[in-house]
Amino acid sequence: MADRPVVLRGARAVDPTGDLDAVMDLRLAEGRIAAVGEDLAEPGDRVVDVDGLVAAPGFCDMHVHFREPGLEYKETVASGAAAAVAGGFTAVACMANTDPVNDSPSVTAHIRQLADQAGLAHVHPIAATTQGMAGERISEFGSLKEAGAVAVSDDGLPVGDPAVMRKALEYSRLHDLPVIEHCETLELTGEGAMREGAYAAWIGLPGIPAASEFIAVERNIALAEITGARLHIAHLSTARSAAAVRRAKAAGLRVTAEVTPHHLVLTEEAVGDYDTAAKMKPPLAADADREALLTAIADGTADAIATDHAPHHEDEKRLCFQSAPFGIVGLETAVPLVLDRLVASGAISLAEAVRLLSTGPRRILGLPGGDLQPGSPADITLLDLEATGTIDPESFRSRGRSTPFAGLSLRGQVAATWVGGREVYSRDAGR
Amino acid sequence: MRHLLGIRGLTPEEALGILDEAPRYQDVADQPVPRVPVLVGRTVTHLFMEPSTRTQASFQLAAKRLSAEPLSFVPKSSSLTKGETFLDTARTLASMAPDIVVVRSAESGAPHVLAREIPTAQVINAGDGISEHPTQALLDAFTIRKHLGRIAGVRVTIIGDLLHSRVFRSNARLLTMLGAEVRCCGPPTLVPPGLDRLGVRSLLHLEEALEGAEAVMVLRIQHERMHASFIPTEREYYREFGLTGERLARTDNAIVLHPGPLNRGVEISSEVADGPRSVILDQVRNGVAVRMAVLAEIARSSPRSQRTDG
Repeated sequence: MADRPVVLRGARAVDPTGDLDAVMDLRLAEGRIAAVGEDLAEPGDRVVDVDGLVAAPGFCDMHVHFREPGLEYKETVASGAAAAVAGGFTAVACMANTDPVNDSPSVTAHIRQLADQAGLAHVHPIAATTQGMAGERISEFGSLKEAGAVAVSDDGLPVGDPAVMRKALEYSRLHDLPVIEHCETLELTGEGAMREGAYAAWIGLPGIPAASEFIAVERNIALAEITGARLHIAHLSTARSAAAVRRAKAAGLRVTAEVTPHHLVLTEEAVGDYDTAAKMKPPLAADADREALLTAIADGTADAIATDHAPHHEDEKRLCFQSAPFGIVGLETAVPLVLDRLVASGAISLAEAVRLLSTGPRRILGLPGGDLQPGSPADITLLDLEATGTIDPESFRSRGRSTPFAGLSLRGQVAATWVGGREVYSRDAGR
Repeated sequence: MRHLLGIRGLTPEEALGILDEAPRYQDVADQPVPRVPVLVGRTVTHLFMEPSTRTQASFQLAAKRLSAEPLSFVPKSSSLTKGETFLDTARTLASMAPDIVVVRSAESGAPHVLAREIPTAQVINAGDGISEHPTQALLDAFTIRKHLGRIAGVRVTIIGDLLHSRVFRSNARLLTMLGAEVRCCGPPTLVPPGLDRLGVRSLLHLEEALEGAEAVMVLRIQHERMHASFIPTEREYYREFGLTGERLARTDNAIVLHPGPLNRGVEISSEVADGPRSVILDQVRNGVAVRMAVLAEIARSSPRSQRTDG
């Protein structure tokens, strides 16, 4: 049974691709945006009054970990998808470090099937760059793409061998798949648990030097240059990495990059008294790095804000700092953080936030949408810029609870999330 | 003082309070029956997740001289991952309703986690990872004051593995807090960036770091640092950083401290370790008294103490 067309009436429609920022109706029919304009309701349409809300093209988090198959105690595709829509994301791309690793078309297809069953957000698998994420032999990019993979990445286990990385980049050109790289030099990371620097020296934790990241960033950019392939750099965290990406773009290389909300908002000081909710890779950095990342999202060096949503079980994160795993959740905190700490603070405009949360990541992954043009998917994120909410991990739909933002009150909330012309989340409806 | 998790969090008044109390407890050792009824009926649990003979013995002796019931809790960590052991151990301990828990762990921040997980207990840090060893710093400060008559203004030089040393971190905090001028020196591979925040001045060359020092603290160099290529060999370390009589002569007749155990011929020569300016064995003696003062001070602010004594 086909849904009736829906008119979202009186929204402030924000579309960075068309420089649109005006109060409009959005008419959604057959899973697509049918029209954007004034007084669009036709007889028989269901009219939803969204007066006072911002309507943006559905947000896309291009970097999440959904842990299924194999690590369902941390997160499932269904719990992750529920967290995504509650956080305003209509689409996500999930990393391959499941058990088994997503290096085969059957795992890729399985993840898509689980997402279809959940019926909430679009979940796009990212396949492993190398078989078993072992960093030795490249995966079957062609079969993986056919099964639904939108990119390849060994996220979390960076490709160490430059010859393997070069081959992955060369081979990726055959299918125009972006190679996403978590840039880290494991030998420089060593036993490090947080960013090397004054705070690590102060509280006595082994440090991860900034060079662990930027040496890998610079190496991979050099390989992108000689191969002409598409390289996407995950979670930039240092000033020098951002500068390297800026130079690569100026040189015309096919290099893109993302930044996480936590690296834009927090510094290494958030580790406080060994708080494992501030333990992630790359680690939180110095304030100068944070400022450089703010510049990078404002000047187009960064193409996307991605959360690196990395849920772990509570028992794992309740350990001592050095024993606890790296990673925090991000899907249900990202949008309020962006609206309050980046948009309201004036670091970026609302249109830039929409570009970073929707248009940018979709362009990188080759996904439709990211705009409010007729014919685009009826995936809409509705925002209430005035509403204030407090981050309460107990209310998360994600199975992960570890966030350094617990208890933070933020102005600007996700009001509702629409996927394929249907409302899949509403703040008013509660949970 | 609810806990002693580190020198970080301690006020100068609290630190000086402990140093002022310690001589009283030193006298206890000389009594015919070296025991005072300060902690009668209290359990002091020694949770040692990392092997330590000296610190554990010192704490146990301190607890016994205060008439506490010392309990050793040394979990076998080999069969489980260290993380699981720690959380489960904390929960197990919590169920026993301990009074004071003295904890030693290879993990930085372990005492903080323990204090959170066992809300009823009072926690004393006996060394956590590369973070802090507050009682060692207190006994070092006590020793410096005993021999030099003051701490404020004293020129202290700390030599060795600054990257991995909790003794260094606690001493840097405590000595600078009490007004000492602290310089430090070690192989550049073992000097982390950002030490300024600890209030110390880091120098590249040992000769410069020793010039005019009144107290020299030599840190123990761990054998495993060689395998990780922080230093080439022990012989080379001794050549570059070993405290010899010749090097000691550059100081202002400095006293020499070392937290033990000594690696003779690596970080210190026997000539210096056993020489007239060495206060190394006195540190051990002072350690018991300072730890008694810490235990007594902690016990004063226990909920149980307010019920029975108040």
